[in-house]
Amino acid sequence: MAKSQVSMKVNGQLIEALVEPRTLLIHFLRDQQNITGPHIGCETSHCGACTVDLDGKSVKSCTVFTVQANGADIRTIEGMANADGTLHALQEGFREMHGLQCGFCTPGMIVRAWRLLQENSSPSEEEIRFGIAGNLCRCTGYQNIVKAIQFAAAKLNGVPFQEAAE
Amino acid sequence: MIPGSFAYHRPTSVKEAVSLLAQWGDDGRALAGGHSLIPMMKLRLAMPAHLVDLAGISELKGVQADGNDVVIGAMVTQHELVASELLTAKVPLLRETSLQVADPQVRYVGTIGGNVANGDPGNDMPAVMMCLGASYHVTGQGGESRIAARDFYQGAYFTALETGNVLTAVRIPVPPAGHGYAYEKLKRKIGDYATAAAAVVLTMAGGKVATCSIGLTNVAETPLWAEEAAHILVGSTLDAATVKKAVAAAEAITAPATDARGPAHYRTKMAGVMLTRALARASSRARG
Repeated sequence: MAKSQVSMKVNGQLIEALVEPRTLLIHFLRDQQNITGPHIGCETSHCGACTVDLDGKSVKSCTVFTVQANGADIRTIEGMANADGTLHALQEGFREMHGLQCGFCTPGMIVRAWRLLQENSSPSEEEIRFGIAGNLCRCTGYQNIVKAIQFAAAKLNGVPFQEAAE
Repeated sequence: MIPGSFAYHRPTSVKEAVSLLAQWGDDGRALAGGHSLIPMMKLRLAMPAHLVDLAGISELKGVQADGNDVVIGAMVTQHELVASELLTAKVPLLRETSLQVADPQVRYVGTIGGNVANGDPGNDMPAVMMCLGASYHVTGQGGESRIAARDFYQGAYFTALETGNVLTAVRIPVPPAGHGYAYEKLKRKIGDYATAAAAVVLTMAGGKVATCSIGLTNVAETPLWAEEAAHILVGSTLDAATVKKAVAAAEAITAPATDARGPAHYRTKMAGVMLTRALARASSRARG
């Protein structure tokens, strides 16, 4: 089958490549570009571990063909840290609030939470839970993930983070 | 999981898409958001030799008011539908339903056209479209036609959409101001298809039901329009006895499969429970 020429920006870097049309974006990123932050959890559009930000949308990259992303602007966990190398507030939040245990879901969680905060800079707990409903975590029970996102929102808004009483 | 090989095409007009699809007949498939088709391709349950991606066709985007109708382009995503002020004002049932479809990532990509055209009885929008009396704009080589949602669904994954035709838009008559609406969906978890779901649109006058329409999701091979149940309710005050009679009429037309969501008789009863709840919520929202 003839290959297709694609070009896209991934974490600010222009990538040009020839791909088979059937190549899924997650396989292109991981296997051909060595961008292994997005993970393959279920490969059936359920778990969200493969989530990347594509043209302002959180998408499951296991359910997108690379050719569909031709011309797109993509961000993965690799592009999340600040320009000076310090952690993004979300990354810091996940560390400070113990928002991960095994860490497998974390890249997808953070990339998804990043878009959520772009759209709603001060989400309520309910809005956070609804907003990350497409990302599964089998370790944490989500409580600390919610706290991590609240921590990041507070930091980005320049207000002190107050942990809710349990 | 890797799909079979295919050739990829990205037309920029409906005309071009239709002429591409006409060339290959059953070997060609239109690709909208892909969140039903790509999983099927990964399982090799679908193996199209040619995929015609509709994403580059600008005429398939956008939501417009047209007289007393709203017309939604087939490539409008669930996310855009949720965000549309026009739709939220005119047909709030759509936003309520969209927010119960899948999860945020899927809603960013999944389209209204794909949802209604695929013929999957688990999809939420088809029963809502039957409830609303919507029609679908369909373009083929012979030109454009319209098919009523209530005539569209023939069996699981079988619809009135003929090979080579493209569903380009969904046309919805705006329900009267002051109407009540609800979509009640029972599911095991976020992202799941319905165990059973019910859509209701009604109008009230002097405390009585003036008009009523009911759609049911995932309790038969096709979405269902519960015409008899709605007819029973018209003229009533939604008193318990009449609601019970209508619910029995709705349950009688269901024929769900026994699957991981429960045995058939349970799913039929849940369709009745969802309808009872939807009627209560719709009437609480209705004026008149």
